[in-house]
Amino acid sequence: MKDVYVVADNIYSPLGGNTAENFSQLKKGIAGVRRHERPEMMGQPFYAALFEPGGFVAPEHTKFELLLIRSISPLLEETGIDPADPKTILILSTTKGNISLLEEGIEDPARFSLAGSGRRIAYHFGFVNSPIVISNACISGVLALITAMRLIRSGRYRTAVVAGADVISRFVLSGFGSFQAISAGPCKPFDQARDGINLGEGAGAVVLSGDQRYQGNLRLRGGSVSNDANHISGPSRTGEELAHVITRSLADARCTPDEIDFISAHGTATPYNDEMEARAITLARVGAAPVNSLKGYYGHTLGAAGLIESIVTLQSMREDRVLPSRGYEINGVTMPLNICTALLSTPLDYCLKTASGFGGCNAAIIMCK
Amino acid sequence: MEYITASCVIRNNRIYRDGEIVWERSPAGPADFLQSCYQHFGFQYPKFYKMDHLSKLGWLAAEFLLHEGFDPAQCRPEEMAVVLSNANSSLDTDYRYFASVSDIPSPALFVYTLPNIMIGEICIRNNFKGENAFFITESFDAAFIATYVRDLLGTGNARACICGWVEVLGDRYAAALFLIEHKDAGLSFTAENMIGMYNLNQPA
Repeated sequence: MKDVYVVADNIYSPLGGNTAENFSQLKKGIAGVRRHERPEMMGQPFYAALFEPGGFVAPEHTKFELLLIRSISPLLEETGIDPADPKTILILSTTKGNISLLEEGIEDPARFSLAGSGRRIAYHFGFVNSPIVISNACISGVLALITAMRLIRSGRYRTAVVAGADVISRFVLSGFGSFQAISAGPCKPFDQARDGINLGEGAGAVVLSGDQRYQGNLRLRGGSVSNDANHISGPSRTGEELAHVITRSLADARCTPDEIDFISAHGTATPYNDEMEARAITLARVGAAPVNSLKGYYGHTLGAAGLIESIVTLQSMREDRVLPSRGYEINGVTMPLNICTALLSTPLDYCLKTASGFGGCNAAIIMCK
Repeated sequence: MEYITASCVIRNNRIYRDGEIVWERSPAGPADFLQSCYQHFGFQYPKFYKMDHLSKLGWLAAEFLLHEGFDPAQCRPEEMAVVLSNANSSLDTDYRYFASVSDIPSPALFVYTLPNIMIGEICIRNNFKGENAFFITESFDAAFIATYVRDLLGTGNARACICGWVEVLGDRYAAALFLIEHKDAGLSFTAENMIGMYNLNQPA
């Protein structure tokens, strides 16, 4: 099967404007999540990873679109990828796109169109193909990478520029708040005292290619998607369906469970999600590998999460370093995982990234050297 | 080879199964249409009442699609995929949810502010546990859907797939769902055949 290579990647987040800056902050233990008092967004103070207000004013683009543009722009410069090449595709992932415009009194449906945002971004860079826009809850970013991998493997495209972003607004905060799902403090994935999520904003972008000239680069080696068929807002009780996508991704990547050197979990820090994930990781027999969740640093960046967290995994592989899972102290799941609590130096040849979301969806990918 | 073994198109107050009209209602908007359809056909699925318009429309279309001829025993749950698309995501419910925010934000509405919840509802109803994807395109991009679904079936990631287009915004709604299987029956699985079914009997 055709290999899919990682050509370049970029994270644009409150922690920094590129992958190296982000990873350097993470290694120092610096988090983007902090306390905010923003009454226009939420009645009481809350913890989240947000950009400073005011940095996103442009005549032609919204904050959401600017996030995508700022994550993609340096990649095109760095790689020299030609957006006008008919074998190049732009793939975008988001959950809510421009929905924060509702708070400015805007109601015109055209302003919220995710396809419209996609068209504007494609036009900005000169992509000739219509972009593919994915909106599949919290697996959107991982699903965008899987979609790119499949389109390159099948030969439909040679190169894919994959980017995801979400903006945190009153809409999203009030929604998760209505579910009692937002933590009162910094979130604590997999910990006994975990009580909900922190939200975060940001963007991640990756260039993938099937071109042999990138041999030697990191590769996207396998991936799979499933549905719990159980509940629209609560995860599976058994974790079988997430375990199933892990197993299928391993088969797709032609590797065995014991070859997995590290797992970048979804780890939202809600009681149910983390419990389900721990069961799934154990069921899929990858439970020996070190695990972290990056939600304590970035918060839950929704449609960007799968991309940002996969890119951090790629950088971990380049440096053979596993980051500690911020917020974790005491095991709080029934099937304990090997949660990483300190910066760890270890060879990382095969890594697993998982994600799950509303609607009962699960996704996994395998990255390798 | 993959075939379109069943189709359901819901447009302009009419429901078509495999190109044949099965029900028609005088024009009165999606709320009336969806409710009347559910009652007329005697569906028994209390969760239907909690769904937003988009999920109700997708759910009903899937019921007609799978009503006859599809044998769920021929696939394991993990082999059944659902790949859907539309233009306006969950915007119809986003407006409704946001109107609730200034009062008491409604978790029952918020959960429907993601378009793939409709996929979840169809999967729960039918115990489908395979591949999922929700794509946003300005109009029904049958060529892309065909490419994606053909790849899923061709690489063994799925054995059968429900795919198509389900859109609701304000008074406008449309659905076109297709059941794609390896068995040699029905129309061959092409973008042209999906578009042909979608536009069949529609005013120009």
